[in-house]
Amino acid sequence: MVHLTRRYRFSAAHRLHSEALSAEENVRVYGKCNNPYGHGHNYVLEVTMAGRVDPSTGMVFDLAVLDGVVQQEVLDRFDEVNLNLDVENFRTQVPTTENLCLEIFNLLRRKLAGGSAQGSARLERVRLEETNSNFFEYAGEQDRTEAGRKVS
Amino acid sequence: MIYVTRRVEFSASHYYHNPGLSPEENRRIFGKCNNPHGHGHNYALEVTVAGDVDPTTGMVVDLKDLKKLLEQEVLQLMDHRFLNQEVPVFASTIPTTENIAVEIWKLLAPKLTLGKLHRIRLYETSDLFVDYYGE
Repeated sequence: MVHLTRRYRFSAAHRLHSEALSAEENVRVYGKCNNPYGHGHNYVLEVTMAGRVDPSTGMVFDLAVLDGVVQQEVLDRFDEVNLNLDVENFRTQVPTTENLCLEIFNLLRRKLAGGSAQGSARLERVRLEETNSNFFEYAGEQDRTEAGRKVS
Repeated sequence: MIYVTRRVEFSASHYYHNPGLSPEENRRIFGKCNNPHGHGHNYALEVTVAGDVDPTTGMVVDLKDLKKLLEQEVLQLMDHRFLNQEVPVFASTIPTTENIAVEIWKLLAPKLTLGKLHRIRLYETSDLFVDYYGE
């Protein structure tokens, strides 16, 4: 089993604000991120595929196919948009990077579940950097993050 | 258990070609990477060793020894080489980053005397890397 990771970039605006909280609580919980005008990030997305190396190609997964799926499912949807205003799911859900990471994993998993003509490889993990200093990882219900692997 | 990672860089050229496939299939699957003249990368290799901290030295593995091992087993073999033509295993195995990572694991795992090889991470570019855990 080999893990292949590809890195992508996109930029988007968001505002962290929960309708379930009062104005004061929103400011207390989200601080500067609650600014009603919003703010933006250059996100860095790492997508990891896991599978056996196909002996005929020497590859785990066709990168052109992966690029196409990520372009269609993630970049076309989230690049250069206001997440709160332009993305349906984030009209009702706070577009924290945690929620964005989950959303991206679920979007990609539908297309990269493995067992198709694309080979045995399947989506293993999504890692989303909001800034150089913080990032979020999701690998589905079964913890297959790098941190989880070390513990097991 | 502590994980220690050492990073080294090497530069090499390669191309992707499976003689069992037609020229058209090779071009379709491998695209520009099928150019028989080869092309090159600056690879970055991260080798992670897992082990307990020796109470006498405070170390998991002697990094000087690890550096020497990487020099002997990997850099002498692959640095500034045309992988397809100069590294014997890649005469019959396509030198994709996946296969290079697996090969580096096979070279290093039996030679480590302290600690246990945990992971090989091989960057082909800053935006593309492969991880191999030996299974």
